[in-house]
Amino acid sequence: MSEIEDLEIQLLLEALFQRYHYDFRHYARASIKRRLIQARLHLGFATISAMQDRVLHDASMLPRLLDFLTVQVSEMFRDPTYFKALRDKVLPHLRTYPSLKVWIAGSSTGEEVYSLAILFKEEGLYDRTIFYATDINPEALAAAEAGVYAIDRIRKFTENHQKSGGKSSLSDYYTAAYGRAAFDKTLRERVVFSDHSLVTDAVFAEMHLISCRNVMIYFDRPLQDRAIGLFRDSLTRKGFLGLGSKESLRFSSHAGAFTDFVPGEKIYQRREP
Amino acid sequence: MSGTPIQAVAIGASAGAVQALLAILPALPASFSLPVLVVVHVPPDRSNMLVPLFQSKCRITVKEAEDKEPVEKGVIYFAPSDYHMLVETDGCVALSTDEPVNYSRPSIDVLFESAADYYGSALVGVILTGANHDGAAGLRAVADVGGVAVVENPDGAYASAMPHAALEATPSATIMNHDEILSYLSSLGTAR
Repeated sequence: MSEIEDLEIQLLLEALFQRYHYDFRHYARASIKRRLIQARLHLGFATISAMQDRVLHDASMLPRLLDFLTVQVSEMFRDPTYFKALRDKVLPHLRTYPSLKVWIAGSSTGEEVYSLAILFKEEGLYDRTIFYATDINPEALAAAEAGVYAIDRIRKFTENHQKSGGKSSLSDYYTAAYGRAAFDKTLRERVVFSDHSLVTDAVFAEMHLISCRNVMIYFDRPLQDRAIGLFRDSLTRKGFLGLGSKESLRFSSHAGAFTDFVPGEKIYQRREP
Repeated sequence: MSGTPIQAVAIGASAGAVQALLAILPALPASFSLPVLVVVHVPPDRSNMLVPLFQSKCRITVKEAEDKEPVEKGVIYFAPSDYHMLVETDGCVALSTDEPVNYSRPSIDVLFESAADYYGSALVGVILTGANHDGAAGLRAVADVGGVAVVENPDGAYASAMPHAALEATPSATIMNHDEILSYLSSLGTAR
């Protein structure tokens, strides 16, 4: 039973790749399986094969399936100590550059994009920075660009922002109405939202800081290595890479290209080539 | 119980977890040769204090699970707070920030279901004290693949809801108290 389902999953992932060029074949399989079983139950299919049949023939099913496969629930200033470390230890280095490029890889619905934009505003670096927010899910990108979140999430965002050493009030950056908080468009004036896949796409600009948190834990080892190689090649000399609190470069073949800059916060610095 | 040689133990616990685990894990012999994967419900935002506590008391290695690390024998792995812990299809542990399951992250169901997938009948699943229903579906998954399902005796448990829910989902599970769980696990992990 389980073996048949495993085969169905493998075939579905292959179908998604061949038909739509979405490549989940090297995602950590146990999580993908949970997500696909949830999708199957939620979308009302008897089997994964039935779901595959539908998504192959009906492209409108694709975004619904992508929602299960990709969307991550995050928070603004998730892990406040990470943002504090960026503020206290990384930004003093970035301040020495006349212009900056920051890449939020796997930006999902944008919480981290707005967090970094606010941090850079507070530190007076926003106006010289271009932010690239990339994801493979077009609906997540659209949500990120809209910057509207349920009001009941704001309390947590505010608490995190304060713990991160925030110098302003989060309420300065959004307007609340009808149960939603809409973040100020000035926060995204310097953000480029774009479709980009860590699985299949290449370097597109030279970055000073890349933040990619809790994205690579969904990848298998070879794919993690590809992504880290891509980050290495995208970073300027002595540029910075921030990962999720339980992610590390330790098992990567590219580990030697980086130094542990803030070890407890998983912030790495690109060595001189 | 199962005829397959057991290769791994998964344990889930919630309210009252620390006392229950203290009655079992520190008493495992230094020669214990199975991996033990443990999910305890701890509030997010709090660093996991369980690892240092059990490191200081256990005779075998205790660590917080790291993403994509190979599961080793004779090591107790705790799920980090605010992350699910799974067994991957290549036998590594994997972490995820998928949404909470049964309001819990880490969730016992997530660990048990993925571990049942990988280990099949070579897995023992143990549900201890707790005040919710997490782990019931997971223990069912363990039993469904022919693994060994064990539930702490609800009468002696600090909180009985979780053992009761597990027994309702898997009536064939073996009911044990802490001492019996300890001696059962010890017999599995050393008699080879």
